[in-house]
Amino acid sequence: MRVSLFIACYNDALFPQTGKAVVQVLERIGHQIEFRPEQTCCGQMHWNTGYLREAVPIIRHFVQVYRDVEAVVIPSSSCVAMMRDHYMKAAAMAGDAKLAAEIEELLPRIYEFSEFLVRKLGVEDVGASYPHKVTYHASCHSMRSLHLGDIPIRLLKQVRGLDLQPVQNMEECCGFGGTFAIKNADVSSAMLADKVRNVLNTGAEVCTAVDNSCLMHLCGSLHRQRTFVRTAHLAEILASGHESVSGAGV
Amino acid sequence: MSEVHAIEWNRQDFPDAARDLLQNSQTRKNVRHATDVIQAKRNKVAAELADWEELREAGAQIRAHTLRHLDHYLKQFEENCIRAGGHVHWAADAEDARRIVLELAQRHEAREVIKIKTMTSEEIGINAHLEAHGIQPIETDLAELIIQMGKDRPSHFIAPAIHVNRAQVRELFQREMHLPELGDRPEDLTDAARTYLREKYLRIKVAISGGNFLIAETGGMCIVESEGNGRMCLTLPDVLISIVGIEKVIPRYRDLEVFLQTLPRSATGERMNPYNSTWCGVHPGDGPKEFHVVLLDNGRSPILADKEARQTLQCIRCAACLNACPVYHQTGGHAYESVYAGPIGAILTPQLNSMKEGRSLPYASSLCGACYQVCPVKINIPEVLIHLRGKIVRQDQATLGGKFSLWNIGMQAAAFLFRDASRFAMAERMGQIAQKPLVSKNGFIEWMPLTLSGWTQTRDLKAMPEQSFREWWAKERASRPHGEQASGG
Amino acid sequence: MSLGETCAPDAIAAEYAAIPRNYLRTSVASADTREDLFIDRLLEYDAGLYRSRRESIAETVAEILAIRDKHRLAIPVGLPVEWLPEGFEFGVADAWSHDQLDKAEGTLSGCTVAIAETGTIVLQNASGQGPRSLSLVPDYFLCVVFAEQIVATVPEAFARIETTSALPTTFISGPSATADIEMTRIKGVHGPRFLDVILVA
Repeated sequence: MRVSLFIACYNDALFPQTGKAVVQVLERIGHQIEFRPEQTCCGQMHWNTGYLREAVPIIRHFVQVYRDVEAVVIPSSSCVAMMRDHYMKAAAMAGDAKLAAEIEELLPRIYEFSEFLVRKLGVEDVGASYPHKVTYHASCHSMRSLHLGDIPIRLLKQVRGLDLQPVQNMEECCGFGGTFAIKNADVSSAMLADKVRNVLNTGAEVCTAVDNSCLMHLCGSLHRQRTFVRTAHLAEILASGHESVSGAGV
Repeated sequence: MSEVHAIEWNRQDFPDAARDLLQNSQTRKNVRHATDVIQAKRNKVAAELADWEELREAGAQIRAHTLRHLDHYLKQFEENCIRAGGHVHWAADAEDARRIVLELAQRHEAREVIKIKTMTSEEIGINAHLEAHGIQPIETDLAELIIQMGKDRPSHFIAPAIHVNRAQVRELFQREMHLPELGDRPEDLTDAARTYLREKYLRIKVAISGGNFLIAETGGMCIVESEGNGRMCLTLPDVLISIVGIEKVIPRYRDLEVFLQTLPRSATGERMNPYNSTWCGVHPGDGPKEFHVVLLDNGRSPILADKEARQTLQCIRCAACLNACPVYHQTGGHAYESVYAGPIGAILTPQLNSMKEGRSLPYASSLCGACYQVCPVKINIPEVLIHLRGKIVRQDQATLGGKFSLWNIGMQAAAFLFRDASRFAMAERMGQIAQKPLVSKNGFIEWMPLTLSGWTQTRDLKAMPEQSFREWWAKERASRPHGEQASGG
Repeated sequence: MSLGETCAPDAIAAEYAAIPRNYLRTSVASADTREDLFIDRLLEYDAGLYRSRRESIAETVAEILAIRDKHRLAIPVGLPVEWLPEGFEFGVADAWSHDQLDKAEGTLSGCTVAIAETGTIVLQNASGQGPRSLSLVPDYFLCVVFAEQIVATVPEAFARIETTSALPTTFISGPSATADIEMTRIKGVHGPRFLDVILVA
């Protein structure tokens, strides 16, 4: 299958190794990856902050870039949630019936990365090996918008040598919430403190998730406190144990 | 005569109010403990029902249907209520409602009135208004009694004193009820309340309540409660005045079969709360001789008119969203500076105030969606939050200050960059350069200026790597776009 | 200002009828299952539970009142005299004042329907049950529930009381309680603190 990678704006700038990991995993299991350099952003930062009109051209751009694609894979559940939950609404708000039709046609071809592996390809074992103690944080969008359920856990369980430790209150928000982390920095930090305490209590060396936004937030505190607990996107763990992606995680 | 505002404001925005409350470790501990307990109970009893999701769906549809035809159902309610011997008053706003209630109390020469817990009475500020006219309102709900005696404000609709612990209650009762020997077990405290209030139930002639549901088909009402103070106030006095938001109507009596399953389980984590009362109008020999319903608009009809936001009014005030909200967990209800706190408060409060007050509330959320997940009538609160953020942004952009604010300029600039890949890539390059002075030896940024310092106060920020993904792809892969094997990445 | 969308009553009724109700509206639970569940729920919230046959209700009442050390109960108009044992006083609460109710040691009454799932007893202002204050003011409530009055679920109870919905109705699910102090559930606030049920099969 020819799979097009939408890296997501923040991954592009901050977590390129996640993209490389996605490429590596999908190629390893026999798929062709393409990357369309015209891509930019899904529009969620503007939309979620209330800049609804400003998000529309960004959305239009995304739809135009991927109109003819076979499948888009995105290592960011918040971007996929944006598309599934809000793209149609954005088109309706803009009164653009053509855009709405294009979105409706494109949506079934959009996948979050772990969902693509398990639900679309039926694959749970990608041949990875990662001999570390790991805990998994369930990001809000992956759970409540995408209903991934235990898909990421099933993928982690197949990783050789990985010691998976459950975290208390796995489903509670880490406090990032995009611009919320700035606009309500105190509450955001308080929520993060609780989440980090739970992560530290697992004794894990690495905290993983399917969203680097959460991991960036978690890492911000884990690093500030010099805990030496690392964060790594699920894709990076799944890419491990073979050549290339060096030192997954930060 | 005192000036009473519909909802009292300390003029603090949510981030500021939250920051103050986050310093109060006692409140945080109390709130966290209470919400953990109710949530665990709620999850258990919701899981017991195999048809929980079907009940939520039916509840959502009944409420949405009713709101689509609210004038029809309100009219039906009014006709049937009057036919059953009740009186219906229409209050356009809080001032109107206060005037009506005061007149009714004065007509009956009441010096005291007993009250069942109701958010609408807080919303219109009836207590202060009655007191200003020499009438003493007496709260009978234990939590509201605690709030009233402590001259405090409620912070949760089901457990208004959720932020208070037993030692604090004991101190309060010792002082206000003159019981210096009072024990500190919860039983001692509720016993004291029972004795204190019993003689009032038997003696006081006028009661004020809210209403959980108005039933259009019968012109009747349903009150849901636990302590028995509701039943006391609804049946023993001569006069009952119920202040109910216009959105509380349901079409038929049988619709209660849905809500009396989802409301108790969502609100207190019980299969059924101890007491529910339903009645129509007046009934000789059973209950008050006079029954008045004050239908309160106070900002609700404009919400109805806004199709995207209308679902806000589906709320049945169970407070499950408060219990589930990770933001509420941290701050408690007072941070919202309103009768209506938590996720529902974040969307209801600004709308009731025509988007003039409470404008920081729609941003008091990380959009995690836990509220939507537990709402028994499936209000998509995150969707409404974004809708209201959209309104606020447009309002701000229409002002000079808003148009040229850092946020707006920043967001407009970002939108410009995100519309085009080459601009975006250039912005990334510029970011990689600009960050250099801020990046420490370990590859992290530990300080950022202005608004961004909100992040670095408590968190480090991973710096942008030397090479973005698209730069890597262009360099390493663009020549072999279909992933032919090469010597390394 | 018009609230909502303007629509003809017929159309509104049709829209209402079309609301999908896929929740359980009836159950296939046997009488025994319903009874057992109802008893479980009562015991969970510390109600006293006594079984009786139809012929021996009065005897059972006498037993319970002896245990509770009660001698004078209030009863509603229309309560079957066969339920009343000798040796106790039963005052018919016909238009009683609040003080009269307050002085009663307790109340004995029947009910309209009971719900097994939630352990709920439903009273209406009807013969043998009386006005709402009767089961409220006295501190003790003794209720006779017939096995055939027990339905399994809340919707089934509503099916039974739909036609009498104009009557003042009370749903009782345990003695009064509050959890307002640190979420500790305390029983016995303003309503009757003691509740006994006679289950007649």
